[in-house]
Amino acid sequence: MTATTVSSAGHTEPNRRDFLYIATGAIGAVGVAAVIWPFIAQMNPDASTIAAGAPIDVDLAPIAEGQVIKVFWRGRPIFISHRTKKEIDEARAADNSGLPDPQPDAQRVKPGHDQWLVLIGICTHLGCIPIAHQGDYGGWFCPCHGSQYDTSGRIRRGPAPANLPLPPYQFVSDTKIRIGEGATA
Amino acid sequence: MSSGHSTYQPQSAFMKWLERRLPIVSLVYNSFVAYPTPRNLNYWWTFGGILAMMLAAQIVTGIVLAMHYTPHVDHAFNSVEGIMRDVNYGWLLRYLHANGASMFFLAVYIHMGRGLYYGSYKEPREVLWILGVILFLLMIATGFMGYVLPWGQMSFWAATVITNLFSAIPGVGESIVTWLWGGFAVGNPTLNRFYSLHYLLPFVIAGVVVLHIWALHVVGQNNPAGIEPKSEKETVAFTPYATIKDAFLMVVFCIVFAWFVFYVPNFLGHPDNYIPANPAVTPQHIVPEWYYLPFYAILRAIPNKLLGVVALLSSIVILAFVPWLDTSRVRSAAYRPLYRQFFWFLVIAFIGLGYLGSKPPEGGYVIAARILTAYYFIHFLIILPVLGIVETPKPLPTSITEAVLKAKAGVAALVLAAVLLGASHTQATAAEEQPVPPRQKWSFAGPFGTFDRAQLQRGFRVYREVCSTCHGLTLVAFRNLAEPGGPEFSPAQAAAVAAEYKIQDGPNDQGEMFERPGRLADHFPAPFPNEQAARARYGGFPVDQSVIAKARGIERSFPWSFIDGLPVPGGMYQEQGVDYLTALLQGYEDKPPAGVTIPSGLYYNKYFPGNAIAMPPPLTDGRVEYTDGSPQTVAQYAKDVAAFLMWAAEPHLEQRKRVGFQVMAFLFIFAILMYFTKKKVWKEVEAPTEASRGQVPVEGKP
Repeated sequence: MTATTVSSAGHTEPNRRDFLYIATGAIGAVGVAAVIWPFIAQMNPDASTIAAGAPIDVDLAPIAEGQVIKVFWRGRPIFISHRTKKEIDEARAADNSGLPDPQPDAQRVKPGHDQWLVLIGICTHLGCIPIAHQGDYGGWFCPCHGSQYDTSGRIRRGPAPANLPLPPYQFVSDTKIRIGEGATA
Repeated sequence: MSSGHSTYQPQSAFMKWLERRLPIVSLVYNSFVAYPTPRNLNYWWTFGGILAMMLAAQIVTGIVLAMHYTPHVDHAFNSVEGIMRDVNYGWLLRYLHANGASMFFLAVYIHMGRGLYYGSYKEPREVLWILGVILFLLMIATGFMGYVLPWGQMSFWAATVITNLFSAIPGVGESIVTWLWGGFAVGNPTLNRFYSLHYLLPFVIAGVVVLHIWALHVVGQNNPAGIEPKSEKETVAFTPYATIKDAFLMVVFCIVFAWFVFYVPNFLGHPDNYIPANPAVTPQHIVPEWYYLPFYAILRAIPNKLLGVVALLSSIVILAFVPWLDTSRVRSAAYRPLYRQFFWFLVIAFIGLGYLGSKPPEGGYVIAARILTAYYFIHFLIILPVLGIVETPKPLPTSITEAVLKAKAGVAALVLAAVLLGASHTQATAAEEQPVPPRQKWSFAGPFGTFDRAQLQRGFRVYREVCSTCHGLTLVAFRNLAEPGGPEFSPAQAAAVAAEYKIQDGPNDQGEMFERPGRLADHFPAPFPNEQAARARYGGFPVDQSVIAKARGIERSFPWSFIDGLPVPGGMYQEQGVDYLTALLQGYEDKPPAGVTIPSGLYYNKYFPGNAIAMPPPLTDGRVEYTDGSPQTVAQYAKDVAAFLMWAAEPHLEQRKRVGFQVMAFLFIFAILMYFTKKKVWKEVEAPTEASRGQVPVEGKP
């Protein structure tokens, strides 16, 4: 903002006084904006919360076939499902059956670890926690609004728009995963 | 739009529609745009606006702090430290709020002093004045309860002492105090209700401010001449004239505010409040915040519990009766030669009481406090009524216009007095019984100071190899070691340090707690599970060192804190805490001086208060190995670990000073621009041109 822009837009000759008013007003506006920022930033997660969201290691050895466990990472439940052969087969069979949110089962597990399905256990509808081994597809059933997920955690029926999301994780060994590796803070 | 007497005329159809249903726009317009203000108001009149700004600032920062604070005795202190360390800009928000309270009171004292000097309380402004006294009382209550919330030693003991004032009430005193506490002593219920009320009262203040402004707008502003404006020519419209003048001084005031926040944020506070509340130990010198000191001195001056409390309360409530105690018909001290002198005597007595309130209640201090307390009441009860009768006022000007033509010199005299006061203080530093730790050179001192990374890394090595055996550092997390502005170890180094500590975690699947290696997110664990265990193991209680560098320091006294905080030679020195730690670690002497006996199991240390310290001399030359070639001496170890503990206590010190410089640079530029803008706006009023002479100033014309 300068005096020239004012003169082209306005009808009076710009003079030193106009420039002074504009400069003062502009500097004042910059000051107000700068003051507002800390008051907005303070509501973002603080340093201890971010640090507490560091990756966690989970030992898979105690999880029996067919069992689903819940662990917490960053305050969210993570489902770890040790799938049976039947569950894997059902998931694979449904790959091309017109899914609402199409994604092959192979893309939802790590290569060579087909039996391990790791999901963020939060319904993509409105954030409730689905119940394992329930519903028509043998996967998860959300008690809040009736969304049903299959054994790959994909949405099959109900109001949820998307599959249960996958957290960032890696296999550290065959029986140990690290959840959160590579996640953004 | 013109000078102050027009009323709002809605232009558009919608504004007309709204005006007939809710005339809010015309209310605001008539109150803050067209409202006529005397044209001769000086800068002392801008403090009303500054107070409004400070109230808003306190409410906004307070609401934000409440989002991160936990009002529980077990968590309050640590949640405040969490704000200082972890919340984004938390250090800034807390320092704004804490120093904002001081600035609020500074502004209110100036505002009240102006009212007393210019007779702003006189007919017809009595209700306006009394509302002001109520606001002051509410501010005192709010400030006190806010000070309790951090739950440090001063918080706890302030809460105890002030609530005990009510125990002076005959008969029901004790029951009232128990009721106030919600228990048999100050405790968690007390903290909870203080938090609730501290959140509530600012909004009550805001409500009374509305009444205060309403009353003001009914009777109009007083002015330095103390005579009512006779015509429109003697007033100017609130906007832009008063607005720009207020805004300019707000920016100037913000410079002072920002100076304290960014450069000497703990100067007006008390080091003891960085020690967590301990119901078993009262600090040696217990003093309130500087803004209560004069009243505190009055309380202590009276050697009777009930009368002391009565005097304390009366010293504030008496202000409400000033409109009737002052019998003079002349308002402004500018035309009251005697009253003007007695006004300044009162100011000196009040500041003197503040000084005495900060001193221990013994010897000459008590006598002086009694004299000044007596004078304080004599001023209001005798001098004010008598002066009105015996004083011959100077002839009043016939109009404000005539008054404006007189010169002014008061401000220059005030500045001179402040400078003289500061100069006299520098020479008056007396020797004390306890040796004062010598001042060291610190890389982090001064407005541009930064930590010396190598020194912090060495200091950490000393902490870890020596201090950490007994002393916790529980507010510091391992991740902090790798953060910018600190020792700046690499994340891998910090993780390695963490892994060397055992952290208790759990319960596991069997329901048992277990130990695991530390991670970056963990805090340094305390070397003992609780105080009793520590006492059993060490024969003493090794204090946590997280904020120790801020919890130690030389006592300052009012009003020197303000002068010491300024960038004058020898001023703004705030490294007494690290000086003390450095000196303490080197202050051991094998043989105590003659006449001093040290109980067995304790050691003589010339810098430790009382000289008998439970900690054996922790450092010996060569005990910690340095890899950077620095001398491996006790002196070097002591300085390094003190510097490290300064960082531990104030991890965002560098960011604070850096942001401070940006803010100060901005404020100076903005203040200069505001000054010239204000001059331009006022040009027509102060030196009317030939064309506009005889007209009221009109906005929008060059």
